[in-house]
Amino acid sequence: MSTPTPTRSPAGLPAPAGPGPVAQAAQSVLSARMPTLAVAALLVLTVGASVLLQPNFFSPYSLSASFATFLPVATIAAAQTIIVLGGGIDLSIGTIVTLASAVSVVLMDGDNSRLPLALAAGLATGAACGLVNGLVVAGLRLQPIVATFATSSVFGGLALLVLPQPGGTASPALTQVFGMVLALYVPIPAVLLLALWLAWRLLRRHRFGQYLYAVGGNADAAYTSAVPVSAVRVFSYVAGGTVAALAGIALLADSGAGDPTLGTELTLGSIAALVIGGTRLRGGSGGVGGALVGAIVLSLIQSLVFFAGVPTDAREFVYGCIIIAAIALAGLLTARSGAGRPASARGRGTTA
Amino acid sequence: MNVSTAEPAAPGTPEPPAQAPAPARQSRLRRLLRDPVVISGSVAVLLWAVAALVSPAFASWDQFLTLMTVASFLGVIAIGQTLVIIAGGEGIDLSVGATATLAAIVASRFMDGSDDGFLAAVLVALGACCVVGVVNAVGVLVFRVPPLVMTLGMIAVVAGFIRLYTGGRPEGSAAPLLRTLVKGDTVAGIPGVLWLWLGLAVLVVWLLRRSPFGWRLYAVGANPTTAYLSGVNTAAVKFAAYVLSSLFAGVGGLLLLGYAENVYTSLGTDYMLNSVAAAVIGGTALVGGVGGYLGTVIGAILLTVLDSLLRIMQIGGGEWGDAPRQIIYGVVLIIVLTAYGRQKRLRQ
Repeated sequence: MSTPTPTRSPAGLPAPAGPGPVAQAAQSVLSARMPTLAVAALLVLTVGASVLLQPNFFSPYSLSASFATFLPVATIAAAQTIIVLGGGIDLSIGTIVTLASAVSVVLMDGDNSRLPLALAAGLATGAACGLVNGLVVAGLRLQPIVATFATSSVFGGLALLVLPQPGGTASPALTQVFGMVLALYVPIPAVLLLALWLAWRLLRRHRFGQYLYAVGGNADAAYTSAVPVSAVRVFSYVAGGTVAALAGIALLADSGAGDPTLGTELTLGSIAALVIGGTRLRGGSGGVGGALVGAIVLSLIQSLVFFAGVPTDAREFVYGCIIIAAIALAGLLTARSGAGRPASARGRGTTA
Repeated sequence: MNVSTAEPAAPGTPEPPAQAPAPARQSRLRRLLRDPVVISGSVAVLLWAVAALVSPAFASWDQFLTLMTVASFLGVIAIGQTLVIIAGGEGIDLSVGATATLAAIVASRFMDGSDDGFLAAVLVALGACCVVGVVNAVGVLVFRVPPLVMTLGMIAVVAGFIRLYTGGRPEGSAAPLLRTLVKGDTVAGIPGVLWLWLGLAVLVVWLLRRSPFGWRLYAVGANPTTAYLSGVNTAAVKFAAYVLSSLFAGVGGLLLLGYAENVYTSLGTDYMLNSVAAAVIGGTALVGGVGGYLGTVIGAILLTVLDSLLRIMQIGGGEWGDAPRQIIYGVVLIIVLTAYGRQKRLRQ
């Protein structure tokens, strides 16, 4: 699955004698799929626990409410994943979300007729922010972590300019459609989540999807193979920014108002979600599907801590510990599936 | 106080090329002009001059001391950040802000506004920070979690612990001794905290340049495989880096406590990414194995000067609130980074 060549085998890592070729192949497939399996197991676990603790978890109302909270976080995680797969990282993604939602909510101003304009403006804002990030990272060749920290300050400031206080009113049509439940059991946010995943599958099949993995896996090799590396990087940030804007709109539709101060929290959540979903932070390995599930798992854990009757003051701590455990589990599986120790020396060209 | 600013610039720049004889003068000059420490130092001086022009009061000695005091918090917290980044392997410690807050909160409850048990309070607070560092290190080294993610996750844990420990309402206040250290006028007209920073800076620079630990740290950061094959215990070196990072974050948190006198739960939040920015502006590359603490000192001063300049120019405040200041801060950061913080070209 992953790119590093297995020829540089450190002593003792693959058992020299032992499993035949078939067993070895099965093992390699298993190890490549391990993160996916792990996150699926986590999902089953958390859903099971939710059903136990909330008997009416599968009621239409509860499902609708759950998916309404899943959608924004999952969308942000998807946006971050696209960028991370391409070998970057975006610490400004939370502020892009808040800026896009601030622009939309100010433009729509509780009026249905202005909805299309406001949505378009929100998406354009996200794409523009992504373009800025992409140009700074790929054009100026700054290190993504610091560069996007700097731009997050800019975007956060702009969000505060557009919408100084939490507030504004989303158009009623948006919130109503968002709260609808189709065919008794299928809430609209769930449909949108599925659409997001399908869109990712399309992208993955497209040449750009291939380029994305190539650049994230090894930028130098991609460059020598005539992949337009800089263009792909810029595009990954633009795509990430646009998807982040979608998350902003989902957030708006869920809460009915804008909030310019959420930024950092959302960024941190998106990174945790994608790691739990089995995407390698170094780029080139993983996928949006895992990140979506990772975000859902995180969201479920948060509500589980609430419903498990943990005292108010201890909730955050318990939640934090569970997240660390989940991340450690994911880290263990992702690291083992790639190469071991020598891989860290390889990271020089592609990371930071 | 000039000691602290001048000292880094002087011995910091001609590091290895100092031995080069006359013929290399041209390239030496050029290298000097490309040195991150020199660039950042000039930008900091430039910003400071602009600030002094805008508001003459800015040039006063008192104002200067206040500025350096504020910079010292970032500078001390960024010590650990620098060590972790140099240790490489995508090393970064985003939990420093939360750890600093933790130290301040634990210490303030133990001190509770009196000097009795000052030492115990400091030890307990720093001990708590070391636990955070150990957990970070275990996550990174044993569970192979990427440092960015591990330390990010630790923010949630530490913040959650603070909530649990304080019940949402932090109590207590700084001991008078700590307040005197940070705000009082102790030695030669210079606040004790600056002497402390100077001492720590000398210690860290010595540690990085002259001690076996420093050499190993650079070796591990530059190429963990060769370091490992050369007999360096890479895990131990990284472990030490993460624990030291949390420890210094805790020291920074204690100093912040002395400055703010009372604690609040977002005391250290701003230092999370600013400490990274300070290190990177000072020429410490995020790939590891490159950089040093003198650059970080300059970076911390630069960021502090920039922030106070924007405050003095009264950008922000009024009807727009904080927003314009944030925007300009980000733009200037990008410009400064563009001067040298760039990565290699793909085509070579």
